Amino acid sequence: MESITHSVTLDAEKCKGCINCIKRCPTEAIRVRNGKAVIMNDHCIDCGECIRVCPHNAKKAISDPISMIDNYKYKIALPAPSLYGQFKSIRDVNVILTALVNIGFDSIFEVALAAQNVSDHTKDILPEARALLSGPTISSACPVVVKLICVRYPELLENVLKTIAPVELAAIAAREKAVREKGLKPEEIGVFFISPCPAKITASKYRIGYDGVVIDGILSMREIFVKLLPIVDKIKEPMKLSVAGARGIKWSFSGGEGSAIDESLFVAVDGIDNVIRVLDEVENDKLSSVRFVELNACPGGCVGGCLSVENPFVARARIQRMGLNLSEENDTNTIDENYLDPEILYWQKTPESGYPFLIDADRSTAIRKLADIESLFETLPGIDCGSCGAPSCHALAEDIINGTALESDCVFKLRERMSTLFREITELQEYMPPPFREQGRGQMINDK
Amino acid sequence: MHNSEGLKLENKNDNSGVEVLKQRYEVSADDFASAGAASAAVKKTLKQLGFSPDFIRRTSIAMYEGEINMVIHGGGGVAEVGISENQVTITLTDEGPGIADINLAMKEGFSTASDTVREMGFGAGMGLPNIKKQSDNLSLISEVGKGTTLVITIAT
Ligand SMILES: Nc1ncnc2c1ncn2[C@@H]1O[C@H](COP(=O)(O)OP(=O)(O)OP(=O)(O)O)[C@@H](O)[C@H]1O
Ligand code: SF4
Ligand code: SF4
Ligand SMILES: [Mg+2]
Repeated sequence: MESITHSVTLDAEKCKGCINCIKRCPTEAIRVRNGKAVIMNDHCIDCGECIRVCPHNAKKAISDPISMIDNYKYKIALPAPSLYGQFKSIRDVNVILTALVNIGFDSIFEVALAAQNVSDHTKDILPEARALLSGPTISSACPVVVKLICVRYPELLENVLKTIAPVELAAIAAREKAVREKGLKPEEIGVFFISPCPAKITASKYRIGYDGVVIDGILSMREIFVKLLPIVDKIKEPMKLSVAGARGIKWSFSGGEGSAIDESLFVAVDGIDNVIRVLDEVENDKLSSVRFVELNACPGGCVGGCLSVENPFVARARIQRMGLNLSEENDTNTIDENYLDPEILYWQKTPESGYPFLIDADRSTAIRKLADIESLFETLPGIDCGSCGAPSCHALAEDIINGTALESDCVFKLRERMSTLFREITELQEYMPPPFREQGRGQMINDK
Repeated sequence: MHNSEGLKLENKNDNSGVEVLKQRYEVSADDFASAGAASAAVKKTLKQLGFSPDFIRRTSIAMYEGEINMVIHGGGGVAEVGISENQVTITLTDEGPGIADINLAMKEGFSTASDTVREMGFGAGMGLPNIKKQSDNLSLISEVGKGTTLVITIAT
């Protein structure tokens, strides 16, 4: 089995082993070892914070090359609605969709349209989900959030809305539509998602709540942007391709999903630190009056995804303006039911949760180890300098007890040991017999 | 985050020979911003030790309510937590005004919280009853003018 289940990786050539990323990672997933950053697979939630913060561009998301579309007879693009906000001069969604056709796609299926289906479905199931729960229902739209819940708040998994991601629904329907309308075999069709973030890349390869894959390739929004930019301004008469309404495209920014399901008492929270704060509150039973919590790991929502180009606030404003230009009828558009099996709207399995921060599976061993960690921690300087390669002194103490780091990795500890060593050497020197040569010259080393 | 004054591994003196991990936290009065920090830290510890979600939930709710009571009513104090393989004991000690009528204080809805405190969302009089509900054993000793000691035991 493939063990790497995240898309954020390191470009070792570019990595300088500085400690910017280890400090920023919300799950303390990064260590610097032998001068290079190393990501711990089971801790990484693909939030992209390390990509944003790395001054050397050494962190990247693994996406598929655009040349991959040539492997398929019929190529379908699934643009995330956040793509719509990336272009300065464009007010019409059709221009962007037409540009996608111009760079080689045979058809376009808007993820925003699928988002409208998911919104309707969510509206239907929310009352029932709530009746069974204490505390609010938590959106599953951002895979970082779901992964964070799996590793840090496994008990909140039951509060997570177990609905299919719009992009997956779009992929399934798009392929089915092409099979029926074009008479193609499913394998002749390549379905490509244009993703704003590494988390959605991972979630397309290792689906949350489902087995198998429904998307053939995931393209980085940044790379597609570069292809589209030179041509969008030249499109004077765009094709009529846009079907989704404002309701679907606003899923791209924080608050969009909650308002698309007409939930009156919802909170929308964006940015990974805020998300963590809110999940802590949900866990502490402090948000039971709220009905729906929409959480997005990126600042501003998906428009702030680390593979987007534009500043998220500007992108949001543009998408809102585009929404005003779309007809209200578009809001009621949904995917033709013939293309969908209603069964697939619900998760078919529970994602694996596990607590990678568990100290030891045996509790009495864990208690002993934790006590060791704490007493070791007290001997460390406590200034979280990061020079040891761990994000904090406490993390180093954990690593040492777990056998993955050494006490001498701490520069202060090392200095202490060196000075002890020097002292001992100096002391030893007192007992050293004078060297022959100098004795021959009638001079002793310690003679003053 | 590590405002613990260190954890110590001790052998309990109750001749059970069970190893207990001790944590100690200072809880300061009227510091609403960091109220809940101690119970949050304990929660993290319990997760690292692999306690069940339900056990962790009960423990952190009970401890949070006790901690908040020390902040609001008790003039601040000390939270001591003992964690053993299948039990957590939380001792909350303050030298605040004390509770005149413990039976009354334990009643749902009884509160002496000020209006300001109520505006902040506390003061429903549900804290102590909730602690009782979540815990397996609760001892509340209080003397007016001397202070209050709450000992909460939660077993797996
Ligand atoms: N540590 C304490 N010191 C002094 N008085 C206390 C202490 N803890 C509780 N009390 C008294 O007991 C009352 C009931 O406490 P309880 O926690 O049940 O409710 P509350 O704190 O008033 O409101 P809530 O917990 O619902 O926010 C308090 O209003 C207060 O008068
Ligand atoms: S993507 Fe996020 S979780 Fe993963 S290593 Fe980077 S900062 Fe940490
Ligand atoms: S907020 Fe959107 S762009 Fe950011 S990680 Fe989550 S799904 Fe991806
Ligand atoms: Mg209270």
